[in-house]
Amino acid sequence: MNPHLLIAIPLAPLAAAVIAGLGGRVIGRAGAHTVTIFGVAVSFALSMHVLEQLYAGGVPAFNGPVYTWAVTDGVHIDVGFLIDRLSALMMAVVTFVSLCVHVYTIGYMREDPGYTRFFSYISLFTFSMLMLVMSNNFMQLFFGWEAVGMVSYLLIGFWYTRPSAIFANMKAFIVNRVGDFGFIIGIAAVFSYTGSLSYDAAFAAAPHIAHAVIPITASTSWNALTLICICLFIGAMGKSAQVPLHVWLPDSMEGPTPISALIHAATMVTAGIFMVARMSPLFEYSSTALSFVLIIGATTAFFMGILGVVNNDIKRVIAYSTLSQLGYMTAALGASAYGAAIFHLMTHAFFKALLFLAAGSVIIGMHHEQDMRKMGGLAKYMPITAVTCWIGGLALVAMPFFSGFYSKDAIIEAVGASHRFGSTYAYWCVLLGAYITSLYTFRLLFMTFHGEERFRHAAAAHDREGSKTVGHEAERQEPGGHGHAPQDAHGGPAQPRASVAAQHGHHPAEPHESPWVVTLPLIALAIPSLLVGYFTAGPVLYGSYFGHSIFVLPADNVIGRMAADFHGPGELAFHGFLGAPFWLMIAGFVTAWVFFLWRPSLADQAARRFGWLRTILIQKYYFDWVNEKVIAPLARGVGFGLWKAGDQGIIDGALVNGSAATVGWFGGVVRRVQNGYLYSYAFWIVIGLAALLGWFLARG
Amino acid sequence: MQAHLLSILIWLPIAAGIVVLLLGERHVAAGRWLSLLASIGALALCWPLLAGFNTHTAAYQFVEKAPWIPRFNAFYALGVDGISLPLVVLTALMTIPVIVAAWTVVKTRAAQYYAAFLIMEGLMIGVFCATDALLFYFFWEAMLIPMFLIIGIWGGPRRVYATIKFFLYTFLGSVFMLAALIFMYVKAGSYSIAAFQALPLTLVEQRWIFAAFLLAFAVKVPMWPVHTWLPDAHVEAPTGGSVILAAIMLKMGGYGFLRFSLPITPDACRELNLLVVTLSLIAVVYIGLVAIVQTDMKKLIAYSSIAHMGFVTLGAFVVYEIVRTTAQVQGAAMGMDGAMVQMISHGLISGALFLCVGVLYDRMHTREISAYGGVINTMPVFAAFMVMFALANTGLPGTSGFVGEFLVILASFKAGFWYSTLAATTLILGASYTLWLVKRVLYGPVANDHVAQLTDLNGREFLVLGVLAVLVLAIGIWPEPLLRIMEPSIHHLVTQAVATKIPA
Repeated sequence: MNPHLLIAIPLAPLAAAVIAGLGGRVIGRAGAHTVTIFGVAVSFALSMHVLEQLYAGGVPAFNGPVYTWAVTDGVHIDVGFLIDRLSALMMAVVTFVSLCVHVYTIGYMREDPGYTRFFSYISLFTFSMLMLVMSNNFMQLFFGWEAVGMVSYLLIGFWYTRPSAIFANMKAFIVNRVGDFGFIIGIAAVFSYTGSLSYDAAFAAAPHIAHAVIPITASTSWNALTLICICLFIGAMGKSAQVPLHVWLPDSMEGPTPISALIHAATMVTAGIFMVARMSPLFEYSSTALSFVLIIGATTAFFMGILGVVNNDIKRVIAYSTLSQLGYMTAALGASAYGAAIFHLMTHAFFKALLFLAAGSVIIGMHHEQDMRKMGGLAKYMPITAVTCWIGGLALVAMPFFSGFYSKDAIIEAVGASHRFGSTYAYWCVLLGAYITSLYTFRLLFMTFHGEERFRHAAAAHDREGSKTVGHEAERQEPGGHGHAPQDAHGGPAQPRASVAAQHGHHPAEPHESPWVVTLPLIALAIPSLLVGYFTAGPVLYGSYFGHSIFVLPADNVIGRMAADFHGPGELAFHGFLGAPFWLMIAGFVTAWVFFLWRPSLADQAARRFGWLRTILIQKYYFDWVNEKVIAPLARGVGFGLWKAGDQGIIDGALVNGSAATVGWFGGVVRRVQNGYLYSYAFWIVIGLAALLGWFLARG
Repeated sequence: MQAHLLSILIWLPIAAGIVVLLLGERHVAAGRWLSLLASIGALALCWPLLAGFNTHTAAYQFVEKAPWIPRFNAFYALGVDGISLPLVVLTALMTIPVIVAAWTVVKTRAAQYYAAFLIMEGLMIGVFCATDALLFYFFWEAMLIPMFLIIGIWGGPRRVYATIKFFLYTFLGSVFMLAALIFMYVKAGSYSIAAFQALPLTLVEQRWIFAAFLLAFAVKVPMWPVHTWLPDAHVEAPTGGSVILAAIMLKMGGYGFLRFSLPITPDACRELNLLVVTLSLIAVVYIGLVAIVQTDMKKLIAYSSIAHMGFVTLGAFVVYEIVRTTAQVQGAAMGMDGAMVQMISHGLISGALFLCVGVLYDRMHTREISAYGGVINTMPVFAAFMVMFALANTGLPGTSGFVGEFLVILASFKAGFWYSTLAATTLILGASYTLWLVKRVLYGPVANDHVAQLTDLNGREFLVLGVLAVLVLAIGIWPEPLLRIMEPSIHHLVTQAVATKIPA
């Protein structure tokens, strides 16, 4: 493969980001979106070319340096690329979704004053994400890892005047840093045991360090590889939002919807999944670490999905769905089904980006309303959005023949087939998760696109009660409080600083379909959401697509065993109609239909009946409460205590100023010197020095 | 010129400073331009220095030697190696923004202000270039005088307290260092640092010398628990004073450890290294927590500096733990590389952050975080710069802040899991205090009328911050040129540090 061509893939969006970022005022809005879309399009075309060469052309994988970043202690730390079928698939997915989001943004951010800045950020993000997936070493991986986190920080806080947005972006960065704290220790451990930061060296050494131990205290020591893998996975828990480091992702919905689709659904949050799959030669030798991965993933898949059922903000429902689906991928990793995880990552990237963009289209159509209780019946007004959203929804619930079916069914089956510690618990989580997924997905579709046209009441209610309704409803929706001002009270992306009253003033009665720049990406994403599973499940999931890029020990190879029963995508889909996940999905559909379409009053009754459960769910299992009421105040309290008691009390008070007091004359000297005449200090210093030097000279 | 390049570098700014002083307040405009020219000239002189520097030897280069005080066998001896050269360049570089930033801002005794910084620049370069211990000590003490004056004359309301505290702390340390130097002079018969490094010393002697050096250098770094002068000094110092204090003066301590402690008292360092390592880790964790709760921008950045300098001392002293744990020296040079890069990077980033605070202070005349909020609305370009430097301060990869911390964390894992783990807490703590500062000062709606009336960066400020931003990114993206300059000297230093000097 031509290295120059590979270098062009990340550099094209970087160059575009720099041009749009620094020269935004010169090239204008059209210039900014043209140059960034061109950059990402180049990147996409080249990525597809690389994928085609690797898959169809039989070209061997590329692994080589680009430049030497540092040589220290004889160790070469390079910036370099490892382009095999795993990274090529990621590059194709990232650049395709990014391209769709770039086009969509033209419509979505049309009226935003930060238009060029936004394009610059999302191109910079694309560059960072490409550097992450193309890396052949841990240093560059960490660079990409933190760089995507930085762009995510900038984008969540894109509307920087919103108190909730600037709280969310700081929270996202710091929570991710907790993950990165583990990640960098893992990298240091890898370096310590292999003497190199390149993947090659680490993977080659894995079998040898599988039995090494790291002393932790005088009497205990841990298995080195298990420690490495768990530390690396803690990084993945931050980036891929696994319990308990998931808390930042729902709040990240404060960012504009296009980045929710690109960063917080399709690409950045899957970096952790990709990383663990990339590190499969390490993880495979630590069953303990994989059990940890499996249990964390399954827990996230089930329990975070449930939160999607009680939320009324359309973006937050999809955000909880993303958490849950990331849990599915993580569980697959834990079951050694890396291929299934990456396959679900790919299908999920398409259908989840689609769902987010469709939600964004709804939000535009509803004039920046995100509360599903004020929607309903929108299918009539927004047919393209509704149809594409349904396609995304059906893919999400794993309807046979849709892309999500092939990936999610494989995960459930693989977890079921795994014999790893924790796999029974994990199997029940991912299986019952199918019901939960279906419940929140159909609830979203019904509440948004079907049933009563509640936006008419909402508009009327607003007229009667003014903005109080908004505040009240938002409180009900987010009793957790913690300074989250309600989304809808801030005005939408087009009018980030518009007042509530002004917005209501021109609240038109009719929602409307979005312009073509918005619907075209929806259609472009709906096609793979529908078809990609059917056409690629054979080669990618059950075939030999990944080859050597993913390593599985023969004893753990659940996907390999499942492949023996694979007789084509059609038969698999028909078979799917008989499986438990399908019927759980149907049960979810029926439940959603009864409670949210047929008899909505039943939902309120159930909420009252199970008030305690509802409270726990509304409080999101109290994770945020613990972080904001216990951990953060504790850190500030300790810091304040150390400052006042340690620095000012003991060190300054007792030692510095105290010792001056004990030596009686010393205080007098200081008082005399402290006479306020500035030159006298200099004078005394010079005199002192001269006297000192003179004394030495005379003495010698 | 090559032969006297270092002398020119030292005395050109000092001579220019004296001329500016003589020109006086009446010719302050001329003095200002002369200051700018002299500081740019000093930086330009670094070019032949860098170009002519041989990166394949650990020996001193550009050496000059002339008798100074024959009676004491003391020489005016100068030279640079891979450890001092980057610091010399950093010193020459960071003086320029100080002079540019003061251009229209400093109005009282402006000529003296410029003169003080120019003289200090020459003296600080002298500290890094001196290869004779007495000459080193002369520069070491002399450079404090302009700094006292800068804080004392152009400082804030509590400048007197801050100056006295600064003076007492640093003087206390220096006196012991002088005693140690004289002791070694008596033994070696020369003030040459190389002779000191070659001098055999018993373990007891080394312990005393080590303790004296530790006092002198720990105060300068500053290390916990002798750090409390720094927040006070920063808060009271004018912007330029803070920039030089953070960017250069703190590096004197790190430089001292590398130049004196490790090579002169290696056995004592081996015995007492855990003390330094522990204090370094306390600096990272304790000071990181203290930084979170600061309400004054300068204090916050000052505490952040102490935490970041913890990586310098950790990287320098973790070598002994590495040898103890792994029974080999592999990884030691990485720790020292990390310490050096961290010094350069911290010089750029903390200097830039203090300049940012200066930009705000010039407009609002307060450093209280609570007085700000939503500055990004009225100063978007400034906000972009400050966010960038803040992210660099959190050690974001792609900026220079990452390189040093990364190398030190990697190296310290070889010494043991817990060293690395405690050092890595900076990822969380650094992000917490820095981003919370950014959130409260820059983001949000416009907080008050004063913020509403702010004007964005002028060309002068833009230029200064822009150059620093480019350097911070350049070192982050490609640290190799910097590491290549240091490589032979660091390698030599490691062999000195792990050797024993106890006479057989």
